Amino acid sequence: MSETSELLEIKHLTKSFGTTSVLEDINLTVRKGEAVVLVGPSGCGKSTLLRCIGALEDIQGGEIIIDGERIVKGGKNPKVGMVFQSYDLFPHLNVLDNITLAPRKVLKRDKAQVKEEARELLRRVGLADKEKSLPRELSGGQKQRVAIVRALIMQPEIMLFDEVTAALDPEMVREVLEVILDLAKQGRTMMIVTHEMQFARAVADRVIMIDGGRIIEENTPGRFFTEPQTERARQFLNTFTYESVKK
Amino acid sequence: MDPQVINEYLPLFGDAALLTVGLGAAGIGLSIVIGLICSLVQFYRIPAARQIVRIYIELSRNTPLLIQLFFIYFGLPKIGIKTDPTVCGIVGLAFLGGSYMAETFRSGLEAVDKVQSESAYTLGLNRFQTFIYVILPQAVSTSIPPFVANVIFLLKETSVFSAVSLMDLMFTAKDLIGLYYNTTESLFLLVVFYLIILLPVSLLGALLERKLTGYRTANEKVRRGMIAQRKEASGNVGN
Repeated sequence: MSETSELLEIKHLTKSFGTTSVLEDINLTVRKGEAVVLVGPSGCGKSTLLRCIGALEDIQGGEIIIDGERIVKGGKNPKVGMVFQSYDLFPHLNVLDNITLAPRKVLKRDKAQVKEEARELLRRVGLADKEKSLPRELSGGQKQRVAIVRALIMQPEIMLFDEVTAALDPEMVREVLEVILDLAKQGRTMMIVTHEMQFARAVADRVIMIDGGRIIEENTPGRFFTEPQTERARQFLNTFTYESVKK
Repeated sequence: MDPQVINEYLPLFGDAALLTVGLGAAGIGLSIVIGLICSLVQFYRIPAARQIVRIYIELSRNTPLLIQLFFIYFGLPKIGIKTDPTVCGIVGLAFLGGSYMAETFRSGLEAVDKVQSESAYTLGLNRFQTFIYVILPQAVSTSIPPFVANVIFLLKETSVFSAVSLMDLMFTAKDLIGLYYNTTESLFLLVVFYLIILLPVSLLGALLERKLTGYRTANEKVRRGMIAQRKEASGNVGN
């Protein structure tokens, strides 16, 4: 890979809440068009890492650079699109207004034009008939698909997905993951935090395992899930199977 | 009860009611402005101003309006500030109402989930846009019921205005009782006129609440839609 195709670069990132260290010396690069999946046990720091990249957290050391620009909390961060675990649609706006708010107010784009684009995106995620619905009238899976569209319309360079299916009923998970898979096929750069291991394997170009605030393994999905290099990763993956549990 | 007396008193109570409504509206309008400013200072944790607001709120909420009016009406002239009764009534009501409104608006602002501003931020909206388009509409809708309660409470509080010689409803009733001893008629009219003022406020409040909180309450249409979706979703799993 050439030097120029690196979109995201994290160097010696350190993050702590008060005296509690959450991330220690994280080094990581993401190339344009790459889908990187972050896995690890709860509280390992993977969501915090995503939030740091999304400029939602201040960092105590190191730097995060996206497309040559340093990420600072509270600064402008137009290259990143983010979808959260909790449904974060604006409850007082209908689906179309949720999606068009940012393009209209931030990019000052023409209302009719944005609406057209929003409708096209909604159609692609199978929600063409929901543009007038309020968030509370949607199922969890539908809400997350709208949230994805809302982030996409701002044309971010990199999409961050923070456990977007963790709060969903099992039957809703698939419809959301399929949208993300579709984006991966189109060559979007993204970082995904997930506990859905099957999905991780399907979508990832690279899997990164984090534990105790450190990257402990970086691997291709094929190798990570079949022959992980570290004992910790093996243990972690074992928690997803019940083979060792005997009745 | 003598209908003749009631008929005679009606215009007097009518004038008094207008005064009550006028002063009440002015005082409440001002207290909304004060409340908005104070709640924003607290919500955005603006240093120094925040402490001042805190002191004001505690001072205003924990002293009776009557005493506040006495301070403004009799106290301020002692340090050379002249106050006329009308200004005194409006300022007094605003001083009391400001703190109630501040706490009402603050609770509304704080009820908006943090992830709302975070997602607004990741979409590129600045702080002002986030406040106007995302936080405020949601805060207003949660604040409506306590806000209406505040308005009613403040309108009723105007009944102590008589203490600073404002000819409001209470003043008129007491005055007429003192002059002619028609206690029953006077008290009857007093109750009727307060109801005439306050019932529409209550009704309007209920209407406003229904209009502004509609997006949170499931109506029949919504419920039917949800059920249809669930069926659709469970159907999809099969294929």
